[in-house]
Amino acid sequence: MNMNSPGRLRLNLDPDIIAACHDSAQVIAEKVWKELEGLSTVAVERAVARLFGIDGVDPAGLPLPNVVVDSLSRSGGLEDGVAIHLAKACLETGGEPQDVAEAIAGGRLDFASIPERPRHEVEAKARELARRAVERILSRRREREELIARLGQSRQPWLYVIVATGNIYEDVIQARMAASQGADIIAVIRSTGQSLMDYVPYGPTTEGYGGTYATQENFRLMRKALDEESEKLGRYIRLVNYCSGLCMPEIATMGAFERLDVMLNDAMYGILFRDINMERTLIDQRFSRMINGLSGIIINTGEDNYLTTVDAFHHGPQVLASEFINLHFARMAGIPDEQIGLGHAFQIDPWLESSLLYEIAMALLVRQCFPNCPVKYMPPTVHKDGNIFFAHALDTMYNLVACLTGQSIHLVGMLTEAVHTPFLHDRFLSIQSAKYVREASRGLSDNLSLVPGELIEKRAQSLLLSAKQVLERVKDIGLFAAIEEGIFAGVKRDRHGGRGREGVFKKSARYFNPFEELLSGKQSRGFLTE
Amino acid sequence: MTVDGANPAAEKRQLPRGKILPYGDRHGDGMVQVSFTLELPDGPEAEEAGRQVMKLMGLTDPQIVASEPLGPSFTFFVGYGKLLRPVDLDNLKVAKLPWEKLDPETINKMVRERLGRPIVVVGAATGTDAHTIGLDAILNYKGYAGDHGLEAYSAFRVVNMGSQVDNRDLVARARELRADAILVSQVVTQRNVHISNLTNLVELLEAEGLRDDVVLVCGGPRLSHALAVELGYDAGFGPGTKPSEVASYLAQEVLKRKGV
Repeated sequence: MNMNSPGRLRLNLDPDIIAACHDSAQVIAEKVWKELEGLSTVAVERAVARLFGIDGVDPAGLPLPNVVVDSLSRSGGLEDGVAIHLAKACLETGGEPQDVAEAIAGGRLDFASIPERPRHEVEAKARELARRAVERILSRRREREELIARLGQSRQPWLYVIVATGNIYEDVIQARMAASQGADIIAVIRSTGQSLMDYVPYGPTTEGYGGTYATQENFRLMRKALDEESEKLGRYIRLVNYCSGLCMPEIATMGAFERLDVMLNDAMYGILFRDINMERTLIDQRFSRMINGLSGIIINTGEDNYLTTVDAFHHGPQVLASEFINLHFARMAGIPDEQIGLGHAFQIDPWLESSLLYEIAMALLVRQCFPNCPVKYMPPTVHKDGNIFFAHALDTMYNLVACLTGQSIHLVGMLTEAVHTPFLHDRFLSIQSAKYVREASRGLSDNLSLVPGELIEKRAQSLLLSAKQVLERVKDIGLFAAIEEGIFAGVKRDRHGGRGREGVFKKSARYFNPFEELLSGKQSRGFLTE
Repeated sequence: MTVDGANPAAEKRQLPRGKILPYGDRHGDGMVQVSFTLELPDGPEAEEAGRQVMKLMGLTDPQIVASEPLGPSFTFFVGYGKLLRPVDLDNLKVAKLPWEKLDPETINKMVRERLGRPIVVVGAATGTDAHTIGLDAILNYKGYAGDHGLEAYSAFRVVNMGSQVDNRDLVARARELRADAILVSQVVTQRNVHISNLTNLVELLEAEGLRDDVVLVCGGPRLSHALAVELGYDAGFGPGTKPSEVASYLAQEVLKRKGV
């Protein structure tokens, strides 16, 4: 992937300060993982069940991965992980994990009544099931690579738009239209509240609140439509969904199976903005990112969200600090920088004098700190209030900054932000403006350079220095305490509070997760190049 | 063509007092601009359909000034027309909310200065209701439509009990926390189960002698302020309510009750 670059428009930044930020962030992420290594969650185990091919619902509508994990939890075997129990059941019955799940749902099989087998036999079976899952994911990944090689793709910045009708069939119409108008990436916004559901809904859905439920069938329907559009348009159209909330690892799995290309996946978003338990989120994000990494999916982090809740001018350092932390959590899960789309946004009060210069400073700073990351830039939303004409003007200025500073993923702002989910023609008008600016400003950054010591450079240098201090403070007290203190987005959360805490459990000495073994750290990269 | 300020036609169209028309660039011209999309391929037929849409809106002399194809089967129009039936200002009815909309800084400041502690709010989706969407939108930091939830205010201490909360548990929690306000969310509407849940809570609070100690508020897609008052609540909030509206109401009502 050719990363976009700001050309000759470069800030003079001290590489030692950037290196110090990386060092602190790495320590922060490692410390968290050392504390959590002995824990797993129901969502991780349900993801393992899905990776083993378990899908569908029981007669009451409960997804089979939940049925399996709940049943194991009742029979007291969950601490060992779902993998060895499923492997054992497969060996015992001679069936596939799906058969086992159906038998459990139908009351014909009970984990507790399956006799013990030699450990090595069970582990070998679990590894075999895991390798099949990995191969299934890699075949979807190769499919994407072949499509891009054959059809080509737009030059960056890629224009990213959302669809959010609540009805997947209506979303498909809107997504096709947006692609034909010039969008490169389509995100299906999720129904409000799905992040707090401790299961993933099943099948195609036609009703949602402010968005459409993320289900595997909805993923498949949209992927199929966008593949058809890609063929028609002669460029690959990417698909996005949310890998967040209480089912992060499961949704990562579904996204991998249905060849999604981008997933919103933030290490701390659920904690801060959804009051999900810290340990739950941090464990879930790690496993989900291992799957995202394997599937070649670009993750998008959610720092842009901080700026919708706090003042963007004053919270620049926290945003940058969070990006360093998100980067190192992702690297630890085995994701290469080329798949780590750190997020930031154009949210400074437009009436602040020189606000445009501050936006350029922040956008360039992020671009330069993470040169290999496909940075995702979010449009203004906070300062839009229904005056669609001013909003359109603001978006055009944002578009210019996105192009000038070499952002990779350019989320196209909507003039009707804060009024309603975008109408068909809102998307058209916004894409038209973004396309105009992208083409009209080609080469601009190669023709400009910054005056040393002037406002833009000074602002960027001071943001970087403050971010370094924030990171050092977080390193000293640890991430858990930092969140308890409210360092990020001004939101305080208690380590032992929040939703989904009851789904965190201590691994037994017999715990085994073959994906951890196959995918963790460096091994995954070796595995991929095999 | 006439010179600015000397248009005899405009003079003649001087509207009577109390009547008003949209203003383009002349008093009484009635000019409005509209934009919309039709599910038709771009072309003369789509344009004529566009003009008809504007006529059906009551516009005279509709003109399409731009038509843009949105893919093969949709067309976007920008149009102008004249709305020549005046609005009668004397017969306007403006609904007044029984509270004033305040901004977050004002709310935080007045609660800090007059109450000296945060207002304690307990929220729950009660009964069988598993929907916490509305409740979370009002209470959670993130809020709704760019408007932050009550958690974001220093003026409130929020306890969100989540979904499927039994009315008795809610009342017990409110007593334990010495809550100033209770927020109940009701989404499920089969067989009017939300109504019986809501009235049951009022009865419980009355039986416990707590009803007068709390500001009792409900919200949900099928609720309105009028219905809420009828059911024995102090206020009700319907669809599209922003957290800052609830915050404004709670701050004013609680301070009024405390007489501070």
